[in-house]
Amino acid sequence: MSYITATTLDDALNALAGGPASIIAGGTDWFPTQGDRAFDGTLIDISRLEELRGVTKTETGWRIGAATTWTDIIRADLPRAFDGLKLAAREVGSVQIQNTGTIAGNLCNASPAADGVPPLLTLDAQVELTSLKGARRLPVAAFLQGVRKTDRAADEILSALYIPDAPSGSQSSFVKLGARKYLVISICMVAVLVTVQNGLVSDIRVAIGAASPVAIRLTGLEDALRGLLAKEAADAVIGDLIHGLAPITDVRATADYRRTAAAEVIRRAITLALEGAA
Amino acid sequence: MMDKSSATAFTSFTLNGEIAQIEPAVGERLSFSLRERLGRKDVKIGCNAGDCGACTVLLDGAPVCACLVATQQATGRKVETLAGLVKADPDAQALMESFQHHQAAQCGICTPGMMVSAVALLREVPQPTDRQVQDALGGVLCRCTGYRKIIDAVVGAHAAAELVEAPTTLGHNARRFDGLPKVDGSEKFGDDVAPEGALVARVVRSPYPAATFTFGDLDAWQAEHPRIETILTAKDVPGLNAFGVIPGFIDQPVFAVDHVLYRGDAVACVVGEANVVNALDLDLFPVEWTPQTTLSDIDEAIAPDAPLLFPDRTGNIMCGGFVQCGDADAALGAADVTVEASYKTSFVEHGYIEPEAGFAEVVDGRLHVHACTQASGLDRESLAQILNMPMADIRVVPTAVGGGFGSKIDLSLQPFIALAALKTGKPVRMTYTRNETMKSTTKRHPAQIKIKIGAKADGTLSGLTFEGDFNTGAYASWGPTVANRVPVHASGPYHVTDYRARSRAVHTHCPPSGAFRGFGVPQSAIAQETAFDLLAEKLGMDALEFRLKNALTDGVPTVCGQVFGQGVGITACLEALRPAWGAAKKECAEFNASTTTRKRGVGIASAWYGCGNTSLPNPSTIKAGLRVDGTVVLHQGAIDIGQGSNTVIPQIFAKALGVSFEGITLVGADTDITPDAGKTSASRQTFVSGNAALKAGEVLRGHILRQANAGPDAVITLIGGQVQVTDAGRTQTLDLSRLDANADGYVLMAQETYDPPIKPLDENGQGVPYAQFGYAAHLVVVEVDIALGLCKPLRFVAAHDVGRAINPLLVEGQVHGGIAQGLGMALMEEYIPGRTENLHDYLIPTIGDIPPIETLILEIADAHGPYGAKGLGEHVLIPTAPAILNAIYHATGAKVTHTPATPTRLRAALKEAGHA
Repeated sequence: MSYITATTLDDALNALAGGPASIIAGGTDWFPTQGDRAFDGTLIDISRLEELRGVTKTETGWRIGAATTWTDIIRADLPRAFDGLKLAAREVGSVQIQNTGTIAGNLCNASPAADGVPPLLTLDAQVELTSLKGARRLPVAAFLQGVRKTDRAADEILSALYIPDAPSGSQSSFVKLGARKYLVISICMVAVLVTVQNGLVSDIRVAIGAASPVAIRLTGLEDALRGLLAKEAADAVIGDLIHGLAPITDVRATADYRRTAAAEVIRRAITLALEGAA
Repeated sequence: MMDKSSATAFTSFTLNGEIAQIEPAVGERLSFSLRERLGRKDVKIGCNAGDCGACTVLLDGAPVCACLVATQQATGRKVETLAGLVKADPDAQALMESFQHHQAAQCGICTPGMMVSAVALLREVPQPTDRQVQDALGGVLCRCTGYRKIIDAVVGAHAAAELVEAPTTLGHNARRFDGLPKVDGSEKFGDDVAPEGALVARVVRSPYPAATFTFGDLDAWQAEHPRIETILTAKDVPGLNAFGVIPGFIDQPVFAVDHVLYRGDAVACVVGEANVVNALDLDLFPVEWTPQTTLSDIDEAIAPDAPLLFPDRTGNIMCGGFVQCGDADAALGAADVTVEASYKTSFVEHGYIEPEAGFAEVVDGRLHVHACTQASGLDRESLAQILNMPMADIRVVPTAVGGGFGSKIDLSLQPFIALAALKTGKPVRMTYTRNETMKSTTKRHPAQIKIKIGAKADGTLSGLTFEGDFNTGAYASWGPTVANRVPVHASGPYHVTDYRARSRAVHTHCPPSGAFRGFGVPQSAIAQETAFDLLAEKLGMDALEFRLKNALTDGVPTVCGQVFGQGVGITACLEALRPAWGAAKKECAEFNASTTTRKRGVGIASAWYGCGNTSLPNPSTIKAGLRVDGTVVLHQGAIDIGQGSNTVIPQIFAKALGVSFEGITLVGADTDITPDAGKTSASRQTFVSGNAALKAGEVLRGHILRQANAGPDAVITLIGGQVQVTDAGRTQTLDLSRLDANADGYVLMAQETYDPPIKPLDENGQGVPYAQFGYAAHLVVVEVDIALGLCKPLRFVAAHDVGRAINPLLVEGQVHGGIAQGLGMALMEEYIPGRTENLHDYLIPTIGDIPPIETLILEIADAHGPYGAKGLGEHVLIPTAPAILNAIYHATGAKVTHTPATPTRLRAALKEAGHA
């Protein structure tokens, strides 16, 4: 039973290799999950690892350190392809949550309603998992395996996200559907990244969350929308083009409602992305 | 290598400018460390999950939920809390002024979170817009204020230095007399008062809605857990193992004996050292459960073969209510048009941000119970029965109450801590978790209502029948009151000559439904007021004109046959809405002509509400005295749960005494100090306790004037420890030293009681249920997002007849808060036992959900009210939900008959109304 404040990633990995432990960064999911129970394990705090914090340009894209907070992302100087991610960041809990909650925590918690996931899917983000054995990268879609289930091995730490440059001129958006204004778990939410050339949709990526166990890209829909006149793209969204949803009925909405709402939220997210979200 | 990454036990950080060094447990929440290790009780805990924001502190300047930060994460950093900020931070000091001026703090439990969040905003944006304030404070929930005054206070903080304090005299917007502690972090709520080292008690509760149970070997379990002092069960209750609030319905066990009737029923209580008891996993407590058939709603409970919760309550019907006048069926038969409709409402959780908390101790052989409560007198009576102790040996000291809204009238933790303190002889504290308060305490009754209303072609009402079943849960609580009140009120404030209303309270294996702002009337008003709009539509009449045509007036009997010769204010309320009504209809029509995806509508609804107990005695007593040092002391026992009785009662008393408030010292509420001013419920404190305060003020004034041989118009001045009386131009100073002080230390004293004049209801509900009613009408403009089924209220206009506004800003505060709760009930709040026992699955409105509210205060004086004043606390939410539903119907034609109108339900209703 100990609290380990790691100062380097190696420290943290060594500690993790030493036996069962929980990793804490922002703590915004860890504490609610812990609830009112007493904790008698080991906590490894990675929130102070400078190497895990911040957004930097790489040769081919961007690196977002795992412990980068949502507030860091809101304040980062990023191209418009990240507008959707920034809008999502503003919807993660509250300002209080955004100030400590981290992007990797949102992924590792693997909630179907994680607001950060759909924009990361549209950005083709990859996660970097590091262990003492080395690092590996895999797409966010492969990392998230189900409700509260990820591909992270017990000795691994999600250390960074890598995001390739989006096509130049791409714009993005995020639309969240919830039953109140702030601090609300999504009924569903949609991220869109769109690139328009000569008035035509040259590239479009649409991801939806809270309508299936993990958020998904709607590739069938994307295929159908690519090449359309940009101004006609939103109206071209019809239910028949949306595959792979498996909405559930819960306290927030029925499955039926989610299914019908999904198409509408997608239309609005496309419209917003084309307008320029920020 | 791992120089800093070892398991350090000590951690130190800067707390409000000073170094703090502590030894927290692994994974200890910063909020816990701040409160329990460092005494920073200004950091409030509402949920321990980041859902309420009450524990917001600044960590290196950034607002964070202290409940989501590991204490070790603060190491070497700067932590600021409200109490520290107000000492030195100019923004915090400006907010202190501005919050008091705007009465942005009601109960005060969310105020630290609000103000700390606002400090962070003001440091970046000195003069923020409404929208910026909403974005910055969106993570802090408030259940009292409706948020608009908080927005005003933060937006206006930069001008705090120029604020002019209103006079304290009656009729003015005096600041709350108890307001400063709410904004400087010093207010002491239920969890803030236990002495250091107090034992901690936790309750073992049923995880099943219906089950029988047997205990395992409790002694062996205790032996395995050193430093547990005792385990309490039903065997340890020396008196009556039951509590309740209505004679004849004392049915909720302190500890269940062999079977439980809802998830949350208490079976045992573990008492011991804080760190030991807090660490226990109570799921491992030795009790074996055998689940039984569960009746989870009214239909299951009234089914012919349903098991009975109480053998003597046939059909699971606990009780009913009935009011009848004229011949409803004949009138409906003779009506030119009728409307028949059915409605369902859901459980609503009170959602106060302060979970139940307190401590008990034995002092000089007497039991002292400190807890957040709305009813210290009732608490003491119940504890005396449970403990088999004389009432005189029990002292109940209410702490500040972080919101109550009805639920804190019932006992919650008081019997547990009382039994534990008596058994151990040591101070024992208890704090409910968010889950525990939501699981175990009372709720608003879900209702199933059938209503039929008729009218003549000219719009005159012709018959109304009402059948309402109310899910009263496992135990009685205030269910009988709901059953009685509803038939009296279900006509609305209208002249209905032919009426029959019946209500039933039905037992289920759900949490007890109890008192919640309005006692069932908000539910019945949804049915009656939305059916009225359908009827007006059928008649081709304007909804406002239809209501005005049928509104009660002076001299016209209510459905109970009660005739008020004066003070009936509903017409004035409706007339006050007329300009806004016309403008809103025009505005909506213009908007709707321009768009198909969103539709706007305007809705109105009326309300009336009888103040005080229904046809039952309901006295309040207020005492005041003059000390030899010239101080006037007001013993104010009307518990202030945020509504403002600590300001209103003194304002009334000061006027009656004829002095300014500044010379008066306020004490109480405390059963050792203040006579019983009754419970804070039924919108009775301004009316009933206000009258007692008025009488006490007048009597004390008479005593003083007699000492001076002065006439009734003389002026009393309290100045510098002296009492001066000026009569006919001559001023004399009373020589108090020649008067003998009584046992209370007063040279002059007055103690006066007021009990509203009422008469019993007969078998048809005819009689005088209340001495006064208050009246209200709300107007709301909503915008409906057709495709997604979202309803966004855009603005409210609320007209309230309060008889006399003792403090108009407090009136506005009540109106705003009531509208916020009514809006929540209409659009988002649905408590589901076992499923929504937290503040992220159970949604209450946030600061972004409440639109601007215009309050129109009307003063149709009531002959029984102090200076004409009427009660207000519950009236404020009754018209809100039906007004919203009427506005949705006006906008779209969609009839939502099951509240809340969640996106799913509203979307379905829109589809049914023909929207694709």
